[in-house]
Amino acid sequence: MRPIAPGLFTEESQPRLVGGRHRETGRIVFPCPPGDDYVPFPLARQGTLWSYTIQRYRPKSPPYAGPEAFAPWPVGYVELPGETIVEARLCEVDFAAIRIGMPLELTFVPLDPEAPEPVLVHAFRPARGAA
Amino acid sequence: MSDVCIVGIGIHRFGRTDGLSGLQQGVHAVRAALGDAGVDWPQIQFAYGGSDAAGNPDTMVEQLGLTGVQFINVKNGCATGGSALFSAQMAIKSGEFELGLAVGFDKHPRGAFNALPAEYNLPDWYGEAGYMITTQFFAAKIMRYMHEFGISPTSLGRVAEKAFRNAVHAPHAWRREPVDLDTIMGAPLVSDPYTKYMFCSPAEGGVALVLASERKARELGKPLIRLKAATMRTRPPGSFEVFAPSIDIARGGSATRIAAADAFRQAGIGPDEIAVAQLQDTEAGAEIMHMAENGFCADGEQEAWLAEGRTELAGRLPVNTDGGCLACGEPIGASGLRQVYENVVQLRGDGGGRQVPGSPRTAYSHVYGAPGVSAVTILER
Repeated sequence: MRPIAPGLFTEESQPRLVGGRHRETGRIVFPCPPGDDYVPFPLARQGTLWSYTIQRYRPKSPPYAGPEAFAPWPVGYVELPGETIVEARLCEVDFAAIRIGMPLELTFVPLDPEAPEPVLVHAFRPARGAA
Repeated sequence: MSDVCIVGIGIHRFGRTDGLSGLQQGVHAVRAALGDAGVDWPQIQFAYGGSDAAGNPDTMVEQLGLTGVQFINVKNGCATGGSALFSAQMAIKSGEFELGLAVGFDKHPRGAFNALPAEYNLPDWYGEAGYMITTQFFAAKIMRYMHEFGISPTSLGRVAEKAFRNAVHAPHAWRREPVDLDTIMGAPLVSDPYTKYMFCSPAEGGVALVLASERKARELGKPLIRLKAATMRTRPPGSFEVFAPSIDIARGGSATRIAAADAFRQAGIGPDEIAVAQLQDTEAGAEIMHMAENGFCADGEQEAWLAEGRTELAGRLPVNTDGGCLACGEPIGASGLRQVYENVVQLRGDGGGRQVPGSPRTAYSHVYGAPGVSAVTILER
């Protein structure tokens, strides 16, 4: 498992996103900002969809480092209760079935599925066992 | 303290003008504004010039004349034009100057703005993974707003339809062909719920305004169009801005809300006393959200407003009478000044086919953009 950037996910069997918690205010953000104001804070793996859209055209390169081949993907903001709202791709869901408020869980997807050793980016999918 | 009056306006047509630099379009606008005011360049005591991506505004003195004039460049994201105007009016309010200029121009390449993470203090992976895209943000923002406040996709379409219909009568607009609602709604999606007609495009253009003290304006014999308020504000905590890898659960206000509240306080009038408004419409939903953020209606009321045509030219509050950014495109440095240009046209009664009926006496303009900035003006005649 090779994350798109070091330190972005925890190294455990069920990796979590590494956010940052402000030392004084307790504000939680993602990713963990450099410097001393924030300490790393692993984020919850479960949340609900706050908003979303469908990315329907290939982003410009640079900065996009994904494959030339393009298929639309959903992307949204996922509310992790009591923590923060993170921006993330959505996966394993029909576009038409996406609903604000739906329960989601963290997973990881290859940026380029065809690459021999693809880097992984974070994504959320419908929570297992959720209606 | 002297009221500041707008005594001259000039514009270079928005859209695409091959063979003419952004700065040349700015010069064109300045000459038109000077002509409109009936003054010559050597009479101009100071200038503030704004451009995001088309060079240093002060270099236009080479074409306008080397009078030694004080000329200050302004670069302030999407509030560049508004900031130039804010600074210009302060110079006159201070009593130091009587006659000056605010000018803005730009010339952007085709397609969406190409932003890089480092320019926004973001890690490289954010761009590599495909998040560095303004349309994603705009779409996600309106999707949430529609969910919370019951705004339908049809309302988005109505905003775009109105923009193109109004622009037919605006000689400075870029897209001047009407587009019907079905075509707008049935067009390819760019980022759901927005179809391609619901986003503005980066563009080119230039706008100049000649500002004068009230004493000077009377001396020039110009109708007194007073700049009653000009504000520029940055974002408060909990706002939702472009390129945000995370946002706080506790939602807050916006730069627009505080710039608007400030402007109404300065002008001493309320939103219900505004006769015509130009509101930032980077996308169709922005106009809808900004109707509420600027205080013209409550969140959710836009659905009825649009269905009843209350923001049409003959409605209770005509909005974006020249087609706004949707029809004019968005040259960043010029966009906010275009709104003020259009408001002066409306207050003078020179709008032709797009003239708001009933001799409007008050006009409002509002820009909003990256990185969470907003600028508002209120004009009165």
